[in-house]
Amino acid sequence: MEEKFEPKIAAFVCNWCTYTGADLAGTSRLKQEANARLIRVPCTGRIDPVFIIKAFENGADGVLISGCHPGDCHYNAGNFHARRRWILFKNLLDFIGIDSSRLYFSWVSASEGKKWVDIVDGVIDAVRIKGPFKQYKKMNKEIEIPVAVEEGVSVK
Amino acid sequence: MKIGVFVCHCGENIGRTVNCPEVSKACASFPGVVHSEDYKYMCSDPGQNLIKQAIREKHLDAVVVGSCSPHMHEKTFRKACASAGINSYMVEIANLREHCSWIHEDIAEATKKAIDLMRFAVERVKFNHPLQTIKVPVTKRSLVIGGGISGIQAALDIANAGFEVVLVEKEPSIGGHMSQLSETFPTLDCSQCILTPRMVEVYQHPKIKLLSYSEVENVEGFIGNFKVTIRRKAKSVKEELCTGCGLCAEKCPIKKKALSEFDEGLSNRSAIYVPFPQAVPNVPVIDRSVCTYFKTGKCEMCKKVCGREAIDFTQQDTFVTEDVGSIIVATGYKLYSIEKKPEESIYKGYGEYGYGKYKNVINGLQFERIASASGPTSGEILRPSDKTEPKKIVFIQCVGSRDESKGFSYCSKICCMYTAKHAMLYKHKVHDGEAYVFYMDIRSGGKNYEEFVRRAIEEDHVNYIRGRVSKIYEEDGKLIVKGEDTLAGLPVVIEADLVVLATAMIAQQEAPKLAQTLNISYDKYGYFQEAHPKLRPVETNTGGVFLAGACHSPRDIPESVAMASAAAAKSLVLFGADMLEREPIIAKVDESTCAGCFYCQKVCAYNAIEKKEIRDRQGNLKKVVAFVNSGLCQGCGTCNATCPSKSIELIGFNDDQIFAQINAFAEV
Ligand SMILES: Cc1cc2nc3c(=O)[nH]c(=O)nc-3n(C[C@H](O)[C@H](O)[C@H](O)COP(=O)(O)OP(=O)(O)OC[C@H]3O[C@@H](n4cnc5c(N)ncnc54)[C@H](O)[C@@H]3O)c2cc1C
Ligand code: SF4
Ligand code: SF4
Repeated sequence: MEEKFEPKIAAFVCNWCTYTGADLAGTSRLKQEANARLIRVPCTGRIDPVFIIKAFENGADGVLISGCHPGDCHYNAGNFHARRRWILFKNLLDFIGIDSSRLYFSWVSASEGKKWVDIVDGVIDAVRIKGPFKQYKKMNKEIEIPVAVEEGVSVK
Repeated sequence: MKIGVFVCHCGENIGRTVNCPEVSKACASFPGVVHSEDYKYMCSDPGQNLIKQAIREKHLDAVVVGSCSPHMHEKTFRKACASAGINSYMVEIANLREHCSWIHEDIAEATKKAIDLMRFAVERVKFNHPLQTIKVPVTKRSLVIGGGISGIQAALDIANAGFEVVLVEKEPSIGGHMSQLSETFPTLDCSQCILTPRMVEVYQHPKIKLLSYSEVENVEGFIGNFKVTIRRKAKSVKEELCTGCGLCAEKCPIKKKALSEFDEGLSNRSAIYVPFPQAVPNVPVIDRSVCTYFKTGKCEMCKKVCGREAIDFTQQDTFVTEDVGSIIVATGYKLYSIEKKPEESIYKGYGEYGYGKYKNVINGLQFERIASASGPTSGEILRPSDKTEPKKIVFIQCVGSRDESKGFSYCSKICCMYTAKHAMLYKHKVHDGEAYVFYMDIRSGGKNYEEFVRRAIEEDHVNYIRGRVSKIYEEDGKLIVKGEDTLAGLPVVIEADLVVLATAMIAQQEAPKLAQTLNISYDKYGYFQEAHPKLRPVETNTGGVFLAGACHSPRDIPESVAMASAAAAKSLVLFGADMLEREPIIAKVDESTCAGCFYCQKVCAYNAIEKKEIRDRQGNLKKVVAFVNSGLCQGCGTCNATCPSKSIELIGFNDDQIFAQINAFAEV
């Protein structure tokens, strides 16, 4: 009766490490599942927590964030700031009713094509088990106060 | 806005798994799209002409190309569009090859994903704005880090082209490992004889500023415009006064207590020393950790004997800053220390080979010193324990290298060659001696390299045994070497007088730290990472930073020199232009909403955020807002994500553009 559930994954990746690592996976013809859609940002530091909420709101069943390894950031410290922000942000997600376990982080460098494939497939499998993320429609109405959310997470 | 969409088949690379005509058809129905077509090779001349023609005929404002990765052809398509009259930054690329056709097999799935990726790009381009590249001036000077043969070569090439070079070497002298070598394969010419003239040339070159006993402390800026802070370690000797007479070292009472680094611990040096007689610069330094004066406050012998009053015990480390446009990293390698407890925990030791326990088990560099005319035995082959001539010598290759269990999987590449050289040098000096080499494979790729190894075997009668050594122990002054001849399938026992281990070449211990300072990548062994393994082997992912020599991977001298000249050429390419073009991806502040909280300033790793005062007509201070120094901003966008009032945006990756893509996710 029910159609097989295929999760939708939104992946925010940094241009220098993970995007290039994903390119390498392509050049090496490493097959992976087709459920993820990549959104390229210069650095994980650029990723505003609101992006993630918006992605869930727009139907993502899981969100993956991937950038350079700590210490290897193309931009000195961008991924370090990103990391700090996420720690606060995860709690906040739970607070506003998004299951924070649907948010995944990884560090994939430009030379780790294989690792990228493993991570993408792993996230897809994990979200497939969790099932569809249904709360988003309800949330749509509730989250109209992004500014407050940002202030909550950007405080150092 | 009128958007044109172009879907490339990339021959069959995209077309095989993505139904390109169907993608093109789907795109035609996206709001804003007025033109959509597919073609076999969009990047080809006819393909580019299709784009240009459509731009002119349909008066397009923006273009989306579905093709290979933007890292591949974004520039090509931007250029094509610019030549047809639309701004380069009104072009978006959807990656249908690396991120779609090459990684999926199911045509329906891949086609659906391709359509999604195209939709993301179309939605995004609606929020693009025409931008101009930023022009920045180029500082036509280079910094070379490391004064081994690689650094020397790179510095000389750049200086001979007429540009200034700052050469930073952490040791008291330049020369690197090559200065320690006896003779070099495959020609057996004397290492010092070919190296020292180059060292002197560096010292005398009017365009080269040599900073020895110095280290790079900090690097700021970007390609064409780096600001480098260098720590000049205290030598305790005034360089400008010292004449290099050597009286101080001669009279220093610490003659026998400090091990000579240059002789790999096989001889001793004084507390005030030059590493070797041909050192450049020929200025001694005081090793404060052993100097009597620094330990007890008494002695000052060197100061008393120095006629030039060059000794200065109060000298402190100083810092200098240098502006340069390019940086060449040439910090070389070190040898894996095979004692039971090696410094790096990722590597395990070979307890069973007895290095550090038996005096007559030495490594390759120690053998170089013993074989060198300038070494502790003046070139006579004498073993360390009793200074007698070894009649049986055993060389063991691949100690560490190609041994996963010790932490390495790579081949050190040069040990096959230098072991053959060592065995030959030994046979040339000890005619009645017997030389044995335990090897796994002989890898002698290189001009005249295979011939060289064959010479060792056929003319000098070196015994090559294929197999590993399992144990070495000492008995009656002999080293009992137990191993296996895997070709004969027999155990072998050799009573040797001296054992030489060809230990792995490994990355410098501080390499990861330097990589972080320079913002470049390194691999899991600590070797610096090139930008592309085939097409950009001397560049790094950071523009303007290049690699040379053994800091990149195990390399011999000819390869190191070639790489150094390549890195120099890359710097000179940079210096060929007066202005550099930079992507206009930088942050911009909206002064009307900026609250002056300066959170952005705290998170910016480049110190690109400054404070700007806003005054009214009477000159009264109204408020203080953030201001982006476009010369320093690198466009990471961390400030954009941090600003609580959304008053700072990253041009080219602003919220509108990214939200447009996220909103397009709704239709996935
Ligand atoms: C036993 C042995 C025998 C060999 N025999 C031969 C041979 O016969 N023929 C041949 O072609 N090759 C031979 N080689 C290889 C040769 O030693 C290397 O190819 C060559 O030395 C590489 O030069 P380099 O300048 O890249 O590195 P290095 O010689 O290691 O020089 C690096 C320099 O950088 C300096 N440095 C390091 N870190 C810093 C820092 N952070 N800041 C400033 N300075 C720094 C070091 O002090 C050093 O002076 C042999 C190697 C070994 C181990
Ligand atoms: S002061 Fe130090 S360096 Fe000078 S002679 Fe005495 S021990 Fe040697
Ligand atoms: S984008 Fe912002 S945080 Fe990043 S370098 Fe520029 S000013 Fe600094």
